[in-house]
Amino acid sequence: MGALEAVILTIITASTPLLLAAMGELVTERSGVLNLGVEGMMIMGAVCGFAAAYTTGSALLGIGAGLAGGVFMSLLFAFLTQTLMTSQVATGLSLTLLGLGLSGLIGEGFTGLPGVKLSAIDIPVLTDLPFVGPILFGQDILVYFSLVLVAAVGYVLFRTRTGLIISAVGGNHHSAHALGYNVIKVRYACIAFGGACSGLAGAYLSLAYTPQWIENMSSGRGWIALALVVFSTWLPKRVLIGAYLFGTVWIMGLYVQALGVPIPAQLLSSLPYLVTIVALIVISGNKTLTKVNTPACIGQPFAPER
Amino acid sequence: MNENVSNVGNHEGSDSYLLEARNIVKVFGELRANDDVTLSLKPGEIHALLGENGAGKSTLVKIIYGSLQPTSGQVYWKGAPVDVANPSVARELGIGMVFQHFSLFDSLTVTENIALALSADQGMAGLAERVAKVSTDYGLPLRPDALVADLSVGERQRIEIVRCLLQEPRLLIMDEPTAVLTPQEADQLFVTLERLAGDGCGILYISHRLEEVRQLCHDATILRHGKLVARVDPRQETAASLANLMVGSEVAAVRADKGIAPGAPLLELANLSLPTDDPFGVSLKNIDLQVCAGEIVAVAGVAGNGQSELFDAISGENPTADENAVKLSGEPCGGENITMRRRRNAAFVPEERIGHGAVPNFALSENVVLTHHSVGEGIVRNGLIDRAAAQKVNIKITDLFDVRKGTPDPEARSLSGGNLQKFVVGREITLEPKILVINQPTWGVDAGAAALIRQALIDLARGGSAILVISQDLDEIYEIANRIAVISRGELSPAYPAEEISLERIGLLMAGAHEQANPTDQAAAPA
Amino acid sequence: MKIILEKRSERSKAMAFLSPVLAIAITVVIGGFIFSGLGLDPFHALYVYFIEPVTDLWSIEELIVKAAPLILIGAGLTICYTANVWNIGAEGQLTIGALFGSALPVYFTSWQSPSALVVMLILGAVGGALFGAIPAALKNRFGANEILTSLMLVYVAQLLLDWLVRGPWRDPQGYNFPQSVPFEGWQLLPLLGEGRVHIGAIFAVVAVIALAIMMSRSLRGFEIRVIGSSPRAGAFAGFARKRVVWFCFMLSGALAGLAGICEVAGPSGQLQPTISPGYGFTAIIVAFLGRLNPIGVLFAGILLAISYLGGEAAQVELGISDKTAQVFQGMLLFFILGCDTLILYRIKFVSARAAVTEV
Repeated sequence: MGALEAVILTIITASTPLLLAAMGELVTERSGVLNLGVEGMMIMGAVCGFAAAYTTGSALLGIGAGLAGGVFMSLLFAFLTQTLMTSQVATGLSLTLLGLGLSGLIGEGFTGLPGVKLSAIDIPVLTDLPFVGPILFGQDILVYFSLVLVAAVGYVLFRTRTGLIISAVGGNHHSAHALGYNVIKVRYACIAFGGACSGLAGAYLSLAYTPQWIENMSSGRGWIALALVVFSTWLPKRVLIGAYLFGTVWIMGLYVQALGVPIPAQLLSSLPYLVTIVALIVISGNKTLTKVNTPACIGQPFAPER
Repeated sequence: MNENVSNVGNHEGSDSYLLEARNIVKVFGELRANDDVTLSLKPGEIHALLGENGAGKSTLVKIIYGSLQPTSGQVYWKGAPVDVANPSVARELGIGMVFQHFSLFDSLTVTENIALALSADQGMAGLAERVAKVSTDYGLPLRPDALVADLSVGERQRIEIVRCLLQEPRLLIMDEPTAVLTPQEADQLFVTLERLAGDGCGILYISHRLEEVRQLCHDATILRHGKLVARVDPRQETAASLANLMVGSEVAAVRADKGIAPGAPLLELANLSLPTDDPFGVSLKNIDLQVCAGEIVAVAGVAGNGQSELFDAISGENPTADENAVKLSGEPCGGENITMRRRRNAAFVPEERIGHGAVPNFALSENVVLTHHSVGEGIVRNGLIDRAAAQKVNIKITDLFDVRKGTPDPEARSLSGGNLQKFVVGREITLEPKILVINQPTWGVDAGAAALIRQALIDLARGGSAILVISQDLDEIYEIANRIAVISRGELSPAYPAEEISLERIGLLMAGAHEQANPTDQAAAPA
Repeated sequence: MKIILEKRSERSKAMAFLSPVLAIAITVVIGGFIFSGLGLDPFHALYVYFIEPVTDLWSIEELIVKAAPLILIGAGLTICYTANVWNIGAEGQLTIGALFGSALPVYFTSWQSPSALVVMLILGAVGGALFGAIPAALKNRFGANEILTSLMLVYVAQLLLDWLVRGPWRDPQGYNFPQSVPFEGWQLLPLLGEGRVHIGAIFAVVAVIALAIMMSRSLRGFEIRVIGSSPRAGAFAGFARKRVVWFCFMLSGALAGLAGICEVAGPSGQLQPTISPGYGFTAIIVAFLGRLNPIGVLFAGILLAISYLGGEAAQVELGISDKTAQVFQGMLLFFILGCDTLILYRIKFVSARAAVTEV
């Protein structure tokens, strides 16, 4: 396998968890909810996924468990912010802290154990094509799923009534409520969707990216996914581009090190975080883009009159 | 109970009524928003629902429309009892409602907004064409692909009306529809409503504009403090008698001094321009205005034409580059911030009392500190706040302005609208400012408080202060202003003496018809 | 019958006190369940966890050692959060403060005098303040979300520390272990008494008192509270939002930086790849548990320090992971937020019909 081919393959695996988590958070934010707990949901997805896969031997069951873990965490968040009307920022942070702690506890028994790897697909003839083969036809199912997700979310949000309702709820929840839409229900659904995607992203980490459980293995990817949603101005196609951009930066460090360039490893490891900051500066500084596309109600609790 | 209501309640399932809401009671916590209210309406009738702020009008119509459920009571539709569980049920029955505060989504198009208001099974195909057709038919034209954020308030109201019309309603409820319209737009609306009524549609019309109601409506139900107090034919009443029924007593007439000669100009705006960087904001262009000592100048205008921007430019929340654009007592201060302007003896009351004029969850004494910290006497010493001094000021405001509250120093949000507004206005007037700028002085305020506030403004002017009032309420403007200017799309017309400018002329100026001719011709222009 | 929430006309002062108590109670109960789930006697486990740490002198000293940084950082964070300025990067500011302060012992090992210590502490605070100024600048100038920027900087700070102790600042006589030279003499934080309690505890108490006075009596404190509740009212009052953002970040950054250098020059005595067991993040919980009030932070810090000790004790005595501490902390914050709802709303039971109202 050539060097370029290897690089592209690692970019894909590095970008996929970011893409999955960001798409989920995009839908959540479109409905007007800011869920800062992506990191917590992701790491819970990772530990649940690993635990289930190790215990049953099946990576697919692991994916299901990861998804469930993410959804469970997100529903805790939804209950607090939608039913009890707590601050979304504080609750999201608490979700992350809880997720990190809980995953550390659950995962302790699984540290150092060999992982169950999510296998790549293998289509006769197609996968064996030189260069294009492994890249286009030799990925695991979550990679393909992530791309389908981008298309599906884009379609639903902009071409269906469901998507219109989500945008309405996020744009002006008082108007949506006045028109008879159940704002809380729509938001619960979008939050759960976000949880499912973050859980999947986490499962991807512990089942495909590094088939192992390591404490805090999400390493801030959840936060980067949040930045990604802002950076992409809440548009699915831009999230795809952004995720692959960040994924590239993420693994760049490894390759630069391998080339023997005398830059400290820690500096290279800090690149994704620095690039995230730069991306935020660039996009937030452009007021027109942000103001027009931001879901107007984001972060505000909704309390209907009784 | 008033003898006017003797004929209510004698119809058991009578078919002649389109809508009957009988013995409606609605309780919120300790508040009885509707206390045994009955309302009946025939097909083709334009029925007014009158009452001041807090009388229970909005609550009653929300119950009819299904947004709220009554604590007790029954709604009858075409003679049969119905349970309007939610707005979808209401729409299916044939009830449409145009709210005072629109349920629109700025970031979506006209068609998308209307689609959201229709039920799911009505297809979106062809909706754009239907919108174009129906809106034009009824004299309220709309472009289906326009983004709501780009539309004026009057155009936005058309979306609300057209979306009701698309569902072929038998009853149309309208909540304060003309509050946001120019006089000409209001006339156009009346034509549309009369056409609908002629087609047999019933119209329930909430308004506090009594002249309008007398002109348009066949029947009226009057509420006060949640109770039904009268059912009258507005065409047989005068505006004064309707007002008395609404308020229950004679409201003290405001005594304005219209003949006093003004002194030196204390507030001067010269060529004030302020571009906005907010995609949904309004840029101010070349504004010229003078307010002299002892006079009240009003800026009339429909919402969204730059009033907030003008207020922020004068108050200093949004300073201008040109320091001569704003002068207080003759001193250029365009670049100064609000605290510096307060030190020049200017005071300001913004449009929104909750969240802007006062912090809702702070006590009243703390809200005193908000504007008194740099100019009030002894409120802040060596960087530390003297709470006792602030509380003294709070008591003083309460006494002078009759602020009614449960405890001596409650949270601001526990006060009613009228009382909080009295507090906010009183807080500024106790500073004895030479210049006062106030935006929407009596919006959402009961008649008693409104009268008190307007009298306070007049008294302040009589004391030699210059007052600038920005208001959407033309009745109020005519009552207190010496001169009137009109703001439209960020531009200000010249200020004309109140006796010399007609309602029609104001309406034209609101719509943007600016004269280019010599100012001396304007004063003599025919009404 | 259905349960609904009804908004109160005023904040309930009673609930403001009861809510954290209720949250602690729920956390303890759930903790009991977790312990039984792990096969232990819940009451004994809870005793080991929460009561034992305060029963003997040694553990009380350890408690103070752990509580001091939590209180110092937490007090600064309460100022930030009251202003609605979300500094999540205290851990990073702590780290950079430790680095700034540690530069002195690394480069001037022989400067042994009280002034060396004073300079170290000042450097620590300055380092933290400067690092905190970065997210403030990005927010003020570009509108960049401070939660994300301050958090990203935590990772950057930790990587910087890692590089320094493995590289340029590694102790040449340290047998290749990733650590700096051990600090000595005046460059170590003076102790109070015979045990491990150091003067960082005094800093914590002083900070709490000073900030409590500032928030309740001063105009600056008023400004912060107004900007946090109603930014528009703040502008109307003439308070500059940007200045408040600078102030909050630099103040909390300085306190975190001070806590950082105290940790390194106190209990640790040298720089290592990990200098804090997540104090900067736990301090967030301390701030909330303390009702965003500096005095409350004093008590909350002690409580959360107990949870750290409890975790360690539980590991030693009961054989369970010390990660239970983090789980307790996370759950506690969760329940505090939930119980806080009762301050603004009351629970009401209504008939099913009246509850099936707004769609």
